Amino acid sequence: MGIEQSQAAVSLEADVLVIGGGPSGVWAALSAANEGARVVLADKGFCGSSGATAPSGTGVWYVQPDAQLRYEAKMSRYEMGGRLAEDSWMNRVLDKAFERMHNLADWGYPFPVDETGKQVVRGLQGPEYMKLMRKLALKAKVKILDHSPALELLADDHGVGGARGVRTQSGEPWEVRAGAVVIATGGCAFLSKALGCNVLTGDGYLLAAEAGAEMSGMEFSNAYAISPSFSSVTKTAYYRYASFYYEDGTIVEGAGSQRGRSVIARNLLQGRQVYARLDQAPEDIIPRLRVGQTNFFLPFDRHGIDPFKDLFPVTLRLEGTVRGTGGIHIVDENCATIVPGLYAAGDAATRELICGGFTGGGSHNAAWAMSSGSFSGRGAAEYALALGVNATNRNLRGLSSTPLVDRGAASHAAKTAERVQEIKDVTHPYDRNLFRTESVLDDSLNRLDALWKDIRETPVARDGQAYKARESAAMTATTRWMYHSAKRRTETRGMHKRVDYPALDAGQRFRLISSGLDDIKVRTAKVAEEVVLV
Amino acid sequence: MIEIVSESKCIQCNLCVSVCPTNVFDRVDGNIPVIARQDDCQTCFMCELYCPVDALYVAPDAEASVIAAEDDLESRGLIGSYREKIGWGPGRTPITKHPLMLAGNN
Repeated sequence: MGIEQSQAAVSLEADVLVIGGGPSGVWAALSAANEGARVVLADKGFCGSSGATAPSGTGVWYVQPDAQLRYEAKMSRYEMGGRLAEDSWMNRVLDKAFERMHNLADWGYPFPVDETGKQVVRGLQGPEYMKLMRKLALKAKVKILDHSPALELLADDHGVGGARGVRTQSGEPWEVRAGAVVIATGGCAFLSKALGCNVLTGDGYLLAAEAGAEMSGMEFSNAYAISPSFSSVTKTAYYRYASFYYEDGTIVEGAGSQRGRSVIARNLLQGRQVYARLDQAPEDIIPRLRVGQTNFFLPFDRHGIDPFKDLFPVTLRLEGTVRGTGGIHIVDENCATIVPGLYAAGDAATRELICGGFTGGGSHNAAWAMSSGSFSGRGAAEYALALGVNATNRNLRGLSSTPLVDRGAASHAAKTAERVQEIKDVTHPYDRNLFRTESVLDDSLNRLDALWKDIRETPVARDGQAYKARESAAMTATTRWMYHSAKRRTETRGMHKRVDYPALDAGQRFRLISSGLDDIKVRTAKVAEEVVLV
Repeated sequence: MIEIVSESKCIQCNLCVSVCPTNVFDRVDGNIPVIARQDDCQTCFMCELYCPVDALYVAPDAEASVIAAEDDLESRGLIGSYREKIGWGPGRTPITKHPLMLAGNN
């Protein structure tokens, strides 16, 4: 086969292509541009509003470089995460996030000022943060392609060399040839409508796996967030002030935001609606809470509910690997994968290195996005710039595992909707994913095998809706890595709960690396550090 | 979900068409944008926040479309309320600078 001629309406050459325009993607783009690389960033939606961060407020794992404070910060999730985090990674991430937060202050983020007029670095408000990040990317001459989902990576025998897709608003094909690619597509929340998460369908996991990359920690993929049952707002921090009730007003014993979500889930599974009320919040902090997370109150205000005084029904929405910690396995300090030229950042990459098997939600993921974005962007730029003359005239081919055919071929939209429903049916239910047993995992995997085979054989027409078929493929592949890993880990560790193995097994302090598309393989890998934080 | 594009307020800037991460709107030549794929709305409120004239309303219900009457919402002060709280728009201060932010996010 000769060099494929590009038919793309948008055909670009770059040193680094970043796929995904949330915080980690933009940090990667900025860091690559800072090394002198020509950078293109392609987002499935709109860089600035896409992803879990933009519509949210987020704390940041921002800790002063004081030995005691840093020690406490590192220990805060170490045991809960099943001792799978690594000291050296936590140090690097704390250092880089600290630096990046001060960059944000210098570059225009409107932090509050104290009585002396000095800016005080605090948590970030998503809309403001991502509006600034887009502005910074444009200023750094990053070429942004909005509404441009990637359908497949391009590669040759030397490694990854770009990607191509179809722009959803114009239906035009796009192609970017690049010396290195950073996957920054976020995690996978299985279209659960968790806030901002419906664009997070594991697309980058699939792209990376098709190039031969591995996943790590995919068993840590069953994060569920509390939200009012009618609402998408899955901000759970304030539920620390909640009491939980049945319809008759009696208290739900043991229910809580931190460790009591299982109690809520078991009630919901039995068909008993659970209600919440933030009645443990002291009166005097309410104004501060209202300012701290504006969007938390939005659904209540619009429904005329006072969450401090009124009961409201709650549900648990799946946040999968967005607040879970599994993702693409990275093999060095530049967040490289095992595939030459391919890097991973943000929630697309595993976050076990800083929070083990406990949630990355609330602050850790935000710090990880800044730091892994920075590491991968720089690493990708160095790699691409070192290619020199070898970067051009590459014999690149598309890597999609599902056949991509010319537009105009039969549409499978109805079929895609059916598949999406099946994916939701095997991932959302608490008795399939939150509480795991071998027999149910086997049942789900059988259904997923059938689904994968079907997806694998159905051609996808390269049109503006092609990305939806690819999302269903990505979510199916993601679930297969999750459940194969969950089956292999015959213990309860971090967020991974095996009802048939309810205790932690000290002999299983290892990582689970999953890979493959048709045949899923799971292997163990040692946690790099035997002794951490003595 | 997104329920309203106000005919009386919309200035056809089509910013909502651009910023919607799930591509819910379609641009219409010589007219206001339409809500073309409401089922794809993820209720993230970003379109409403970016609308420079408060012509959009996202109902807080993520699971079902609910009937929303523009004049009623307007009289209850709900249209544009999120943008006002975030502090976007001329003459407003971003909420990120609010003195109560000094106490931290929680």
